[in-house]
Amino acid sequence: MHPLRPLGAEIRHEFPVLDQLVHGKPLVYLDNAATTQKPLRVIEALSHFYERDNSNVHRGLHELSNRATAQYEGARERAARYLGAESARTIVFTRGTTEAINLVANSWGARFIGPGDVILLTEMEHHSNIVPWQLLAERSGARIEWTPVLGDEGLLDMDALRQALARKPRLFSFVHISNSLGVINPAAELCALARAQGVTTLVDAAQSAGHLPVNVRELGCDFLAFSGHKLCGPTGIGVLYGRPGLLDTMPPWQGGGEMIARAGYDRTTFKEAPHRFEAGTPDIAGAIGLGVALDYVDELGRARIFDHDTALARAAYERLRAIPGIRLLGPREARAGLVSFALGAAHAHDVVTLANEEGVALRGGHHCTQPLMRKLGLTSSARASFYFYNTHAEVDRLVETVAQIEKFFSK
Amino acid sequence: MNLSELYQEIILDHAKRPLNRGILENPTVTVPADNPTCGDEVTLQLRVAEDRIEDVRFTGQGCAICMASTSMMTRAIKGKPTAEAGALFRQVHDAIHGHGEMPKGEIAALAGVREFPQRVKCALLSWEALREALGLRKGDPPHVVTTEGE
Repeated sequence: MHPLRPLGAEIRHEFPVLDQLVHGKPLVYLDNAATTQKPLRVIEALSHFYERDNSNVHRGLHELSNRATAQYEGARERAARYLGAESARTIVFTRGTTEAINLVANSWGARFIGPGDVILLTEMEHHSNIVPWQLLAERSGARIEWTPVLGDEGLLDMDALRQALARKPRLFSFVHISNSLGVINPAAELCALARAQGVTTLVDAAQSAGHLPVNVRELGCDFLAFSGHKLCGPTGIGVLYGRPGLLDTMPPWQGGGEMIARAGYDRTTFKEAPHRFEAGTPDIAGAIGLGVALDYVDELGRARIFDHDTALARAAYERLRAIPGIRLLGPREARAGLVSFALGAAHAHDVVTLANEEGVALRGGHHCTQPLMRKLGLTSSARASFYFYNTHAEVDRLVETVAQIEKFFSK
Repeated sequence: MNLSELYQEIILDHAKRPLNRGILENPTVTVPADNPTCGDEVTLQLRVAEDRIEDVRFTGQGCAICMASTSMMTRAIKGKPTAEAGALFRQVHDAIHGHGEMPKGEIAALAGVREFPQRVKCALLSWEALREALGLRKGDPPHVVTTEGE
């Protein structure tokens, strides 16, 4: 057991990128919902692989290939443990959450979705959990239904959800933590409601996997997807979890090397899951880096990370409320580690441009949740999203900066 | 870089109180334009008669740069021959992309966006709508890089 390590200011030296000036001011990086920074340990794991072990996986019989394969498959074991999954066979490596959802839409969808079927989503989904289903609906003649969100708080309308589930859609795919509202959906409860109706579930854990304990057996989901780069890992690597047995019922979605059992000119047979879904040379270094990132996050403790991030977000929320004309999105209580807001006096772009001048990195726009923004009557909002290396001093800088910007535009 | 150059007083004034905002009676052309990556939305309406822009209005919302640019553009083209408006589009478009000089007058204040590549689209959204409203195709006629004043 590792001793508990401090979060916040005392862990920042492990993240070289944080130590820099932007426009002459210390960088305040508050765009963690877009991507998190990488600790030295992950950066070094990537260069170590390329310096010492680089080789292709699964086919080689030589030393380097054996090492690369052992580390790649070791990362799969690691991801399974991280999610509390039954075995490494439930873990498919993908480029990220988006590709994982596309995999399900293309493979599971081809087998199980037909004309007239309903795919149930929520109004707070990221485009990555909307567009793959729209494409599937177009191909298959299926239909999408939307579970409404309520008011600016954006909580799911549970009555409407129960009614929609009772109509037995084929699939209910939902976001665990909303990247634009900071709503934390009760994923275990939602999966239980769906399961009771025989509805297959997919949890988009892009914003949750690195921020709170996520255990697929406790959630009771059929599929779960997350991205490595949002939890200290490299970009270009992510995970699709599929409940045991489920992946085996699904056809391949991409063909190529690595995924075949026996290939012939007229017929090819495929490997078992998960390898059947990993055509071509995978992102070997990325997977290894992801494994190291998962160790790192677990060493810090996901429950502690959650407490740290949400304390910062709560403080930011309460202090931003005092700014004239500000509109805060998402719930006041029980919010995830991010705060989205719109200023009456200034558009999100102007806010982000001015904040950047102060060295404060925010996100402005629709956050890839355009339909939701439209429903809220906004074209965009600004967002500050926190991680375990952020500090209360940075919340101070955020609040001061936003207050200055508001003054600048309302004078 | 200099923020006060981007957010000049004239830009802030136009952004807060944009001119020609509203719905046009009897428009001859209506062009909706949006910038999906950031959510700026402008619908431009012109009433053109005998190759002259009799009147112009816009609706929509966007950042200060987008609103100010739209406001100044509508003021500049109102009552002008379409050919003149087309030439103005080309000059502003090219100048903001770093080719040639901005027109004289308040529109020159938009030059500040050249230092902010991500904001160029905000400044040009309504100008692109104007291009379409005038029936000009992209690069038609070929962009002229003016060397005037050099």
